[in-house]
Amino acid sequence: MRYLPLTDDDRRRMLAAIGVESVDDFFRDVPESARLKEPVDLPRHSSEMEVERVFTRMAAKNLSPDTVPSFLGAGAYRHHVPAAVDHLIQRGEFLTAYTPYQPEISQGTLQCMFEFQTQVALITGMDVANASMYDGATACSEAVMMATRINNRAKVVLSGGLHPHYRDVTATMGRFLGLDIVAAAPDWQGKENPARLVDGETACLVVQNPGFFGHLRDLRPLADACHGKGALLVAVVTEPLSLGIVESPGAMGADIVAGEGQSLGNALNFGGPTVGLLAVRQKYLRQIPGRLVGQTVDTDGRRGYVLTLSTREQHIRREKATSNICTNSGLCALAFSIHLTLLGEQGFVSLARLNHARAVTLADKLAALKGVEVINETFFNEFTLSLPKPAAAVAEALAGMGVFGGVPASRLDPERSELEPLLLVAATETASPADIDGYVGALRQVL
Amino acid sequence: MAAPETTFTGNRGLQLEEPLIFDQGRPGRSGVDLPAAAAAAGDRLGGLERQGAIGLPGLSEPQTVRHYLRLGQKNYGIDSGFFPLGSCTMKHNPRQGEKLARLSGLASLHPLQPQSTVQGALELIDSCAHWLKVLTGMPAIVMSPAAGAQGELVGLMAIRSALEARGDARRRVLVPESAHGTNPASARACGYAVESVAANGRGRIDMDVLKEKLGSDVAAIMLTNPNTCGLFETDIIDIAQAVHDAGAFFYCDGANFNAIVGRVRPGDLGIDCMHLNLHKTFSTPHGGGGPGSGPVALAESLAPFAPLPYVAHGADGFLLVEHEGQGGGKPLGRVKGFHGQFGMFARALAYMMSMGSDGLRQVAEDAVLNANYLLAGLKDSLSPPFEGPCMHEVLFDDRFLAGTGVTTLDFAKAMIDEGFHPMTIYFPLVVHGAMLMEPTETESKETLDQFIDALKGLAERARKGDVAYFQGAPRLTPRRRLDETLAARQPVLRWRPAGDKTVE
Amino acid sequence: MPKVKYSQKHEWISVEDGVGTIGITDYAQGQLGDVVFVELPEVGQRLDKGAEAAVIESVKAASEVYAPASGQVTEVNESLADDPAQVNADALGEGWFFKIALADPADLDDLMDAHAYAEYVKGL
Repeated sequence: MRYLPLTDDDRRRMLAAIGVESVDDFFRDVPESARLKEPVDLPRHSSEMEVERVFTRMAAKNLSPDTVPSFLGAGAYRHHVPAAVDHLIQRGEFLTAYTPYQPEISQGTLQCMFEFQTQVALITGMDVANASMYDGATACSEAVMMATRINNRAKVVLSGGLHPHYRDVTATMGRFLGLDIVAAAPDWQGKENPARLVDGETACLVVQNPGFFGHLRDLRPLADACHGKGALLVAVVTEPLSLGIVESPGAMGADIVAGEGQSLGNALNFGGPTVGLLAVRQKYLRQIPGRLVGQTVDTDGRRGYVLTLSTREQHIRREKATSNICTNSGLCALAFSIHLTLLGEQGFVSLARLNHARAVTLADKLAALKGVEVINETFFNEFTLSLPKPAAAVAEALAGMGVFGGVPASRLDPERSELEPLLLVAATETASPADIDGYVGALRQVL
Repeated sequence: MAAPETTFTGNRGLQLEEPLIFDQGRPGRSGVDLPAAAAAAGDRLGGLERQGAIGLPGLSEPQTVRHYLRLGQKNYGIDSGFFPLGSCTMKHNPRQGEKLARLSGLASLHPLQPQSTVQGALELIDSCAHWLKVLTGMPAIVMSPAAGAQGELVGLMAIRSALEARGDARRRVLVPESAHGTNPASARACGYAVESVAANGRGRIDMDVLKEKLGSDVAAIMLTNPNTCGLFETDIIDIAQAVHDAGAFFYCDGANFNAIVGRVRPGDLGIDCMHLNLHKTFSTPHGGGGPGSGPVALAESLAPFAPLPYVAHGADGFLLVEHEGQGGGKPLGRVKGFHGQFGMFARALAYMMSMGSDGLRQVAEDAVLNANYLLAGLKDSLSPPFEGPCMHEVLFDDRFLAGTGVTTLDFAKAMIDEGFHPMTIYFPLVVHGAMLMEPTETESKETLDQFIDALKGLAERARKGDVAYFQGAPRLTPRRRLDETLAARQPVLRWRPAGDKTVE
Repeated sequence: MPKVKYSQKHEWISVEDGVGTIGITDYAQGQLGDVVFVELPEVGQRLDKGAEAAVIESVKAASEVYAPASGQVTEVNESLADDPAQVNADALGEGWFFKIALADPADLDDLMDAHAYAEYVKGL
């Protein structure tokens, strides 16, 4: 078997050196009744070719957004990932390294994480960022738990513009921790004022910008309202590319930023793995969950990096840790960082402008179709359509014609009938002018 | 001429110094070319356009490639050499998984495209789940947890949901001293109080202590088996019985499943709930700290509470159940965005299919054989605290260093100069100066022999009193020992431009 | 001279005019290694004897500091925030943690004196 170096002769010699007859001797502590005598009921080993055949067949049963015009978003965005990114993250020194517990032989990972933390802090406008969380939804729930620790309050207000998965993950976590989670109704019109739900008992208000339905929002009045009540403002960003042209949450007064980093450097992967972002004000540093890399010097006085402030973490603090997180999204964070390094300020801003321009073009063309209404006055690269037919059926019909036209809002909140006609439509740089025209034509036909 | 002590550049041959990207960026430099945007009819930013520059450095593609390649050369991975990090199962990461997970029909799928267009992806999740169910001998599996620690939390949430459903809210979770830190942290995150259970002199759970602690307010025990001392809990079936008699649930931390995969089914041991780390037993790469994936196997009693979403078999193919009411049961809610670490399922499935039922059984056997070979080779030079045989990892303490002035940390740092990644140190907490070694099945006898010889040599050097050698180690690495006290006392967690006086 | 007493958890308390100054012992700081951070109680907070009052962190460990006697916190050593190394350099002096107005002087009765503590530490 190709992954196993020991030969039968090796095994014999090793058993002899140990002084036992058979490997069965090593399993003598296992209760007799639980020792399997035969391999379990699964197929026997396979060659690379055989495995590849099965995978190719499974992949062929899917319709890849690479092959058709795609306007899907709702928290996961298809962007072009430069070839260098995927090459570099497959280097064995990154791919097969462990968490950098031995800093002398982990400076590569550690410096990359230090650069990642800085990039995240810069684009979010915050003081410090951690070395990543699992994904945006869990970053959001960790931000909420962090807020409740900071001001020792239990009420949490979730805006109706928050991604339903983020809302649901936070609600699950909150239920087990005894938090009072107040979730506003889906704000598809972009008209809510969640500040009215914030009171003196509130730990934090969670607001997403751009919102789930695409609306942009000035966070400053919300930050003021929160701070006036002693609450924190948690800003969620599911499309980090928006930060290229939209004012950062930090500049608008957010205390904690939780985000999804998939857009940069990472494939869609059917939703995972991705990379959660978490950035905070300096004063909340000791309450941040997850790993942090800090700069220091070695015994020769040379600059180097280490994992630091580890006493916040589970491997030291056990049940008193700030979170139970251990493994994070290291390699996805690396992909994020490499992509952002390639883009640089100029590329990041230009890419954001390009996305916005494509989305504006698409919105204007779709708005001209009979019966179609673009709900949004403001958006970045995603907006909401109101259709004369149920959006789920329209999306299905469009897929049948070879166009992924958007995500029906009802897919995430099926019990809310007011969402039935709504379709979330995203246009990134991957939507060419021809794709846009193809979509407009297809939608005209379907309606 | 002798080799220079220092160079003008600070580089030393292939050991190349690499500045931060922030020291290399120049305005206007970029590593991507973008199509020109057609002028759109005005922006829709509503006056929220970013004011001021971000400050991101930009590098061209050649600079970027060189930057990360040089940084990579300062890392030690499994691809570099022997990595016996205990309880982390650092086995070879097959490259086929990387190739197959990147097939366009998998990697490019959007999580919310119509289900009719992702039947192959749902089949992949279902197949992966099937393999894991058969291997654990448990009827249900939750695929969505993002990593082992989240799997623990989800398992405990299912336990709490089941208890509450029968009107029997309980408060405490028992966790052995030798447990990984995530266990108590997860129990706390699930709203439970944590109580520690001491080990006995044989490195295992003390049944009398356990029985004393079990009571009507104990929700669960969280046990790692084989445990972090590398030992199988001999009384496991009695433990399960005692736990169940007390009305509690038996959670097993599956971090060490590599020792028994294909040879023992946890379901046969009376376990109610167990997470699996796909980045351990099932060889998905650790990536310098993730992403992981932590599916959780559940007994019948817990299955109805499994979180959303999950894959079901429908009339017209596979069905992704995303909401309560679309399937049966009383799901405990959602724990992660979208549907879990799909890319990791692809890699793990490719690995399981490659190894097959026969190969996976061989994995456990070779992993355990390799660990016992290390024990046999090192038991006279190092000090094992417990009697063997061990399972897939072997524990030593620091008694063999007593009186030498050399600590476990010093010893580990000297191993780095020998070209090995050190073992896990100072864990588990149940012995002094712990050294926990897990060789895995993907190491050859030649590698193990070299490792044994090197460690014997180091132990001999320590006994001879060469303390300075150990305290000064490592010497041959890109950086020598780093000042962790300075890092923690004056945290510098990000780069700032020269002249930026913002307080860190 | 103020009276100094020691707890089994390695806190010291020095009492003068009904106010106790509390820190950790030299033995404790030596066991912890380089102290990197200290989390102190709030002024005005009421502490019961044996309750968690502060947290002290080294690079690889975090330990609780317990109130060796009941009382209300009157002052904390703010300078530890910027210079936690004082705990290592001068545990019994500049490295003090906080002061409490003692609720009951009898709380000190079961604490050890310097000699008894030295013997206690020898036995560890």
